[in-house]
Amino acid sequence: MSVALSAPDIKRALTRISHEILEKNQGASSIVLLGIPTRGAHLAQRIASIISEIEGVEISCGTLDITLFRDDLRLRAPKAIMPTTIPPSGVENRDVILVDDVLFSGRTIRSALDALGEIGRPRTVQLAALVDRGHRELPIKADFVGKNLPTSKSQSVRVLLSEIDGRDEVSIEGEAN
Amino acid sequence: MRHLLSIADLSKIEAISILDTANELARVSDGAVKKLPTLRGRTIVNLFAEDSTRTRISFEAAAKRLSADVINFSAKGSSVSKGESLKDTAMTLQAMGADAVVIRHSASGAAQRLADSQWMSGSVVNAGDGTHEHPSQALLDAFTIRKHLGLGKSDLEGLSVAIVGDVLHSRVARSNVLLLAKLGAKVTLVAPPTLLPVGVESWPASVSYDFDSVIPFVDVVMMLRVQQERMTEMYFPNAREYSRYFGLNSDRMKSMKPGAIVMHPGPMNRGLEISAEVADSSRSVITEQVTNGVSVRMAILYVLLTGGSLEAGGN
Amino acid sequence: MSTVDLVIKGAQLPDGKTADICIQGESIIDVTASFKGESVTTIDAKGCVVLPGLVDLHTHLREPGREDAETVLSGSKAGAKGGFTALSAMANTSPVADTAGVVEQVYRLGQEAGLLDVFPIGAVTQGLKGETLSEIGAMADSVARVRVFSDDGNCVSDPLVMRRALEYIKKFGGVIAQHAQDPRMTIGSQMNEGEVSARLGLKGWPAVAEEAIIARDVLLADHVQSRLHICHLTTAGGVEIIRWAKARGINVTAEVTPHHLLLTDDLASSYDPIFKVNPPLRTESDVHALREALADGTIDIVATDHAPHPLEAKECEWQEAAFGMLGLETALSIVQMTMVNSGLMSWQQVAERMSHKPASIGGYEHQGQRIEKGSFANLVVINPTKMWRVDRDLVLSNSSNTPYHGHELPGVVEHTIFKGTQTLINGQISQGGGK
Repeated sequence: MSVALSAPDIKRALTRISHEILEKNQGASSIVLLGIPTRGAHLAQRIASIISEIEGVEISCGTLDITLFRDDLRLRAPKAIMPTTIPPSGVENRDVILVDDVLFSGRTIRSALDALGEIGRPRTVQLAALVDRGHRELPIKADFVGKNLPTSKSQSVRVLLSEIDGRDEVSIEGEAN
Repeated sequence: MRHLLSIADLSKIEAISILDTANELARVSDGAVKKLPTLRGRTIVNLFAEDSTRTRISFEAAAKRLSADVINFSAKGSSVSKGESLKDTAMTLQAMGADAVVIRHSASGAAQRLADSQWMSGSVVNAGDGTHEHPSQALLDAFTIRKHLGLGKSDLEGLSVAIVGDVLHSRVARSNVLLLAKLGAKVTLVAPPTLLPVGVESWPASVSYDFDSVIPFVDVVMMLRVQQERMTEMYFPNAREYSRYFGLNSDRMKSMKPGAIVMHPGPMNRGLEISAEVADSSRSVITEQVTNGVSVRMAILYVLLTGGSLEAGGN
Repeated sequence: MSTVDLVIKGAQLPDGKTADICIQGESIIDVTASFKGESVTTIDAKGCVVLPGLVDLHTHLREPGREDAETVLSGSKAGAKGGFTALSAMANTSPVADTAGVVEQVYRLGQEAGLLDVFPIGAVTQGLKGETLSEIGAMADSVARVRVFSDDGNCVSDPLVMRRALEYIKKFGGVIAQHAQDPRMTIGSQMNEGEVSARLGLKGWPAVAEEAIIARDVLLADHVQSRLHICHLTTAGGVEIIRWAKARGINVTAEVTPHHLLLTDDLASSYDPIFKVNPPLRTESDVHALREALADGTIDIVATDHAPHPLEAKECEWQEAAFGMLGLETALSIVQMTMVNSGLMSWQQVAERMSHKPASIGGYEHQGQRIEKGSFANLVVINPTKMWRVDRDLVLSNSSNTPYHGHELPGVVEHTIFKGTQTLINGQISQGGGK
């Protein structure tokens, strides 16, 4: 097991992502952050508060559970459904930024796009991920990445966040081959 | 979990997770999302060998909101009414590739027979079997009670529920006694002695013959339907006398606790077990039971058709 | 000494002694400590128990009418396999055995099968309807010489009809075998009324519906001084009534089925109708009362109530299914398991309850005789130490509704001998016999 991102690394990465989001969307007025539970939701909250600090305004932030939209439900044990909370502003004609902890096959994001499509029609949908570990199975790429981590498929990436796990850390488990 | 046949097969944790799932599904489908792709490509058969429009459309709506293909196989006009055996029907459903069968049947144990036999391999959901059980009704009742009186808790600890009426012939009562007790509620059965089964002492519920002595102390009054045919079978002298002792009218309702609610699984006999004023009063959550039925049945189908047991946590 | 037809060597007799039994023609010609002569056939019965051929007072053979479920021949085979040398064919066939014609037909079919005696039971009332007496006298005088009358499946519920029937059969020393079930109290009943039926939502068949009829009928039998037999007793309360009646000197006998000595109502929890039977399986405490009563003689006999049904009558919902289970091929094993191996009864008592007494209730003179010189050679050789596994696909009955499928049971019937002829040899039916 090796530590890929320490707590200060994570903090710096989220700060950078926040600035990039503001830059790309020319301010915070139109953006809605939607975190994918569980850890993506906390990351979205953190980005929202960083942006608020920078811009001095409240940022629309919610959660988008994708469980019911997964394409592998037949194969896996059912997961408990996590809350989906859309901020009062809605998503219609907004710039929605999906936030997840790890970008891997891209299937979670495909499910999230399906889920989002049921809720409304944003102007743009963008993707922020703390870690991009490669091995995409779908034509999906992140707009904002905390860190690119080259991994082998047999390895797993573990993200710890203080809200859930008591500390911040990203590590890689298993041997590279 | 592969089948839902009896509340007795559910652990407290499983029951609560179905209620929690239903809660999230209700929020999703109350919002902008009307249709979820969750069960796309799966086939659910509603096998209704006994008439029950309300339960059938509730299951049908639940399945359709989850994008399942629904085939309705009801008693009238189908081979079930022409004396085809349950076995042959099951083998037909198997051949049609049913992933789940929602069965309503006048014979107690019919759902279990279907599940235990080698006749078909899909999941079986008991939508009411004879005078045995009606587990989805109990789950939606518990869901409704928790929503109104649960104070944010996951179970029903500390609540008192009276189930009033024809307990002997009621599958709703059997499932509710098991589920409400499992969730920590105190259950009192109120009925004339003729309408309580011999052996009721072994149920996790107390028994009273006196509605008036029970009503001021309960948080929920759940009324049961009195079937017309009970009148001719001498379970009580006549409808008027039944109504006088075991009906819920506005006078009786006045002695209910503040905040206590009135439930009925439907269809109601207005004027017999429940008066129109009570059914339409602000204490009545009867139409809400119907609404909640869809979310709870979505949760049941979700849990059964996505295989394995419910695990906690996202990602 | 000349050559005898058949010798059974080294078997344990019901009284526990070991002996050789010599058979010539239809009869036992000697029971001796050690037979030294020649014999055509010798059965080495070391380690086995020999009992008088079993006599069943309660069998449903379904012929005429439901030959798909059982015939007199298939039922005879099942009987021989189970160690029986006599069966009593219940009257609820189609047509009902309520005339001399039908009972003679059944009797003749039994003779033709030739594996054991088939004694027809006559219906008490026409069509088993409980309304008008059937031709009881004509059936008694027929070739079949019917002595036992029963509406089994239905109760003779009208007290006046029951009284008349009890009186009428005194003419020739007959007996009324009552299926004790109050019909009004058991409309639509599915299983024993109690905790299990409450939980399963199946309509209850209360013990009192059985006991009330037994109580009424022992009083009637007392009043008219006639002979009453109670079929398939199932409740502790029924046992008490019989005990009381016998103490009072009332001429009543009672039977219990093997399944009521073993199985209980909680088996209905599976909703598998293989356990659906009338009268229903009762509770654990009833089972214990029945075992005690059989041991102390309050209950006189074991009778199988062998009730074959085709597959489709059991492969369905519980409430749609037919009542009844097979019994002939497993009866002795169940009795050994519940009564002998548990120490409640000796083999001598098994002989009493399954051969001597049922033969005497039925008036079957050539059956149920002691194993002694001069008796008819109706015998069964059992290996009580061997176990066997019940397989519904291997039963000799035309039906397969045994509740014991897959069960490991003690006691294997090795040989059955009917009037000197081996009908079962090493567990195999011998059509035509070993003469």
